[in-house]
Amino acid sequence: MNGSRLKFVLGGVVIVGALVWLGFVGYQESKAYYVTVEEFSAMQGELYGKTVKVAGDIVEGSIDRSRTPMEFVISTRGKSLRVRYVGTDVIPDTFKDGSQAVVEGSVTPDGVFQARHVEAKCASKYEAEYEQRGK
Amino acid sequence: MSEFGDFCLLLALVLAVYGLVASLLGAVWKQHRIVRSAEHAALAACASITLATASMLYLLITSDFSVSHVAIATNRDLPVFYKIAALWGAHDGSMLLWVFVTSIFSGVVIYQNRFRYRDLMPYVVAVLMLNLVFFLSLNLFLSNPFNQLVEVSANGAMQKYIPADGRGLNPLLQYWAMVIHPPILYLGFIGFVVPFAFATAALITRQRGDSWIRTTRRWTLLTWLFLGAGLILGAKWAYVVLGWGGYWGWDPVENSSLMPWLIGTAFLHSVVIQERKGMLKVWNMILVLMTYLLGVFGTFITRSGVVNSVHAFADSSLGKYFLLYMAIVAAGSLYLIMGRLPYLKSERSLDSVLSRESAFLFNNLILVVACFAVFWGTMFPVLSEWLRGSKITVGPPFFNSVNIPIGLFLLFLAGVGPLFAWRKTSIESLKRAFFWPGILAAISCAALLVAGMRNSYAVVCLALCVFVAVTILEEFIKGAGMRVKNMGENFAVAVARLTLKNKRRYGGYIVHFGVVLLFVGLTGNAFNREVSQMMAEGDELRIGDYTLKLTGYKEVDTPNYIYGVTTLDAYKNGKFLRTMKPEKRLYKAGEQQTTTEVSLYSTPKEDLYTVFNGISSDGRQYEIKAHVNPLVFWVWFGAAVMVFGTLVILLPDRKGAFTTPQISLGRSVYFEESMKV
Repeated sequence: MNGSRLKFVLGGVVIVGALVWLGFVGYQESKAYYVTVEEFSAMQGELYGKTVKVAGDIVEGSIDRSRTPMEFVISTRGKSLRVRYVGTDVIPDTFKDGSQAVVEGSVTPDGVFQARHVEAKCASKYEAEYEQRGK
Repeated sequence: MSEFGDFCLLLALVLAVYGLVASLLGAVWKQHRIVRSAEHAALAACASITLATASMLYLLITSDFSVSHVAIATNRDLPVFYKIAALWGAHDGSMLLWVFVTSIFSGVVIYQNRFRYRDLMPYVVAVLMLNLVFFLSLNLFLSNPFNQLVEVSANGAMQKYIPADGRGLNPLLQYWAMVIHPPILYLGFIGFVVPFAFATAALITRQRGDSWIRTTRRWTLLTWLFLGAGLILGAKWAYVVLGWGGYWGWDPVENSSLMPWLIGTAFLHSVVIQERKGMLKVWNMILVLMTYLLGVFGTFITRSGVVNSVHAFADSSLGKYFLLYMAIVAAGSLYLIMGRLPYLKSERSLDSVLSRESAFLFNNLILVVACFAVFWGTMFPVLSEWLRGSKITVGPPFFNSVNIPIGLFLLFLAGVGPLFAWRKTSIESLKRAFFWPGILAAISCAALLVAGMRNSYAVVCLALCVFVAVTILEEFIKGAGMRVKNMGENFAVAVARLTLKNKRRYGGYIVHFGVVLLFVGLTGNAFNREVSQMMAEGDELRIGDYTLKLTGYKEVDTPNYIYGVTTLDAYKNGKFLRTMKPEKRLYKAGEQQTTTEVSLYSTPKEDLYTVFNGISSDGRQYEIKAHVNPLVFWVWFGAAVMVFGTLVILLPDRKGAFTTPQISLGRSVYFEESMKV
């Protein structure tokens, strides 16, 4: 290995090392467990106070916009979770009865999940219906 | 018609399989006629796929709801323009578009080279057909858009089912940028199959030189252009349609198109080193392989539902086939590269860290690290589940904390690259070259600090932008100045001629200048502001220098959707600016989806971005959200400059034009002969 090659490799190691460190800091700052409502209720003790992403279907008729902050219920496989949206971002248009939602936040002592962030995906129930009818 | 389309796809599959097998056999047996017949079969497969696509368009336009894709992606009242766009409005049809684009690319390559590269072409055809066969099989057997709807009647017999109306195109997709975004992105995803095919053919036929790179240079660049344009259109769509006030959210689907772009960018730079210095041959092979695989991987992420994303298509069963295909391609290519290492020896080694080669190497290293970080962040939920059993996601802070420094370093390299000479740069010449860019960057840095800017990344970024812009201007002034002196041209003519004579070099500078403008735009993110407020008629909302006064609300019915629109009078520093009308729409077809229509006032300094978010339960108050996003204009403008620069490089050469020797910065004098595209 000649001198300039060595210098290049050293420079590269320093740069990559710095980036790995930055990545680790960013990871610590933004990591969140990703669970379904069912898994969440099974491991609630462990996840208490931590930032968690919980996925579930929005229960029909549960979206209560009359309260501020707004509340709704998500569920999977019979387990349900009451969510209070305390974030400032716009609620996506895909957020409505029956959609699949992912809420990010943490659980409070009263058992209501404080969501700082909500994502929603269109329920593909029509597609599913067609697919069942399809061959 | 659906039977016809189905048949065309099947026929195309048979032809493509024949093309794959025959081109390989023809090459092994050295039978030119068999290779020819393989090429003809491949072209016929492309024609057949074109017919299939045409018949799908016919079904969509005539609203034949017996076909599942038509029923899922359109409804009767949809405008014809969107009925055509609905080809890629749902999963199955978008796979057909994918296959169609792939076949067009393959067909063009085969036709273009019908008299050239006869030793390479059989293998090129084989790789192209392998790629086509894979996607065509998925399309035909697992996500066939021509499937008909059937229902089970009371006595258990299956019968045709034709719904009265379709479910309608997802309203979020009913926007011009979204209509052209998927096809353009697909061109970018797929196009890398061409350089990959030539690279593989060069490996198989044990070519020593870099002719595969020269041959596919235009393809690579064009594909890179499409990928970049697709990315920026997607960002534009997110900004204007999704209504959350930003244009990039590190969503898995966004990331999956960014990754091949990053590696493609690395590839574009590192081939220059191979062409000029005969270095990095193995590296380039790996980069072209990675770019192709990341294109396939992008499709995989979007289709398989493996990573949760807001706009990923619903889960489908395609995932495992994608993984298998990628594993086979990767293993095959790596095996080939290992077997051909003696042919891929570097002709030279690195002379100095302060050289242009080294700037290129650092550029490559950093781009690959950026891609790796994006990959890691995107796939982290999947990886952590494999390793530890629990899904862990990472958010934008992870991506930003790695990629912002990377972006700044790349910007720095774009500035110093041209200042370094090839091989070795003397300190003396560096001092001279850094003088003006350095001084001006330092002055702008000081000016920003005095003006009160305290975000260190933003200050560094803007100062670097000045630095790079000055180096680029200096290059143009120097080159054109020489022409003015030697040939007596006026300055503007000299700049134009200079650029056209060395399209690759000066076109490249134009692209870099676009990157500078883009970075100026990205910096604005550090200063975004937003205010959300419930407003009754007559209420005012203040944000920055702006005041918004709510003056009215009405609801209107159209065939496709109903909309509610609020009227806001916008004032800047007390002076009336304009009326803004953010809307909320409720689409009638399908699932009664609502969409948000942002009202936007864009200036080079900042965007005023208003969203109508909903009505309070008593119906008297309207939720309005306003953002002031500085400098966003420069993101779009910078991207446009990048496209322009790339088009300059892509301009065809004049027949018989020869390039003149140029004097580069630093001491080395080199011939621009190899810059010829």
